Amino acid sequence: MSRIVLLEERCKGCLLCTTVCPRNILRKSERFNHQGYQVVEAGDNAAECTGCAACAVICPDVVIRVFRTRKARDGRGGDA
Amino acid sequence: MTMTEDLLAPRPDEELVFDANPVQADRITHYCPGCHHGIAHRLVTEVLHEMGVAPQTILVASVGCATFTYDYMLVDSVEAPHGRASAVATGVKRARPDRIVYAYQGDGDMGSIGLAEALHAANRGERITVIFVNNTVYGMTGGQMAPTTLLGQKTTTTPKGRNMATEGAPLRMSELMAQLDGVIYAERCALNTVRNIRAAKKAIRKAFEVQRAGLGYSFVELLSGCPTNWHMDPVAANERIGKDMIPVFPLGVYKDATGGRPDGAAKEADHE
Ligand SMILES: Cc1ncc(C[n+]2csc(CCOP(=O)(O)OP(=O)(O)O)c2C)c(N)n1
Ligand code: SF4
Ligand code: SF4
Repeated sequence: MSRIVLLEERCKGCLLCTTVCPRNILRKSERFNHQGYQVVEAGDNAAECTGCAACAVICPDVVIRVFRTRKARDGRGGDA
Repeated sequence: MTMTEDLLAPRPDEELVFDANPVQADRITHYCPGCHHGIAHRLVTEVLHEMGVAPQTILVASVGCATFTYDYMLVDSVEAPHGRASAVATGVKRARPDRIVYAYQGDGDMGSIGLAEALHAANRGERITVIFVNNTVYGMTGGQMAPTTLLGQKTTTTPKGRNMATEGAPLRMSELMAQLDGVIYAERCALNTVRNIRAAKKAIRKAFEVQRAGLGYSFVELLSGCPTNWHMDPVAANERIGKDMIPVFPLGVYKDATGGRPDGAAKEADHE
């Protein structure tokens, strides 16, 4: 699996990232940050992340970091 | 290490494929949620970083919501009076021809109060790059009509919608630029989809490569959302760009007089 890290304090809750994730991982959370915005979170299916970085590309506020898992060279494991 | 720092370290089997770039200040912006100035700032700073030219670059900021661009892009900068960024950039570039000089202007700033300065700088073929953010309104001052406002669009100064008979039709800057002999490169992009954002980055790269090679004036128009003054939520504002703006402002390369120069510049973009 690949993964994302959300720097929640930067998020403005615009939800643009939720519209582009091919696996619908991102969703509105129940939390507010210190800016007063209701932030997004990765949902229960976070492990389906492909590392495509679409969410990070559309985010106007540089909230998201994307880590892509390298394909295992030995053919065992690694599904990115 | 805090938990976030821990999460931010790539594990042995991982590659960090998206990170902040060091030319963009690590600072929360004053822009509204979903405002595309944020995307435009990221693309410009990524390009300057990837070209390795940030220390030799001078930004000329304009007046509008993006006035504080100089706080967000870590390059030397000058703030121009409203509409005069292309004129100030002319002076900066002529005084320091060894520098990469660019203006970042909104559609009110460049297409309205500063239209004369903008067109003449382009027509003279000043060796500058202009990033033009077209969001169809005056954002900072509360959503008045801009020259780019769409017909029928309601703004505070066109409460019944822009009317061709009284306010004229939307001004198409990329098409105007393409008519001027001094312009080497002009492209219109949009910031509404992942694909269009990637194409916009290639266009910005190309524009700066044109300047680095000393070829002349380069221009990139970015169709951008202003959810606040469109009175829409950010997701609906993004949809409006594809549905209402792109048909009036078609995407594409309007002028490319580079003749294939400079070698290695980004290839033609791939819009949606
Ligand atoms: C000489 C002068 N006239 C008018 C203004 C008021 N003013 C500030 S920003 C602005 C329009 C900005 O609109 P735009 O360039 O579209 O940028 P946006 O805010 O939409 O990003 C105006 C008219 C000013 N600051 N100076
Ligand atoms: S696009 Fe960015 S700012 Fe907007 S909700 Fe997603 S993470 Fe937050
Ligand atoms: S008013 Fe419009 S252009 Fe200005 S910061 Fe808000 S969304 Fe962006």
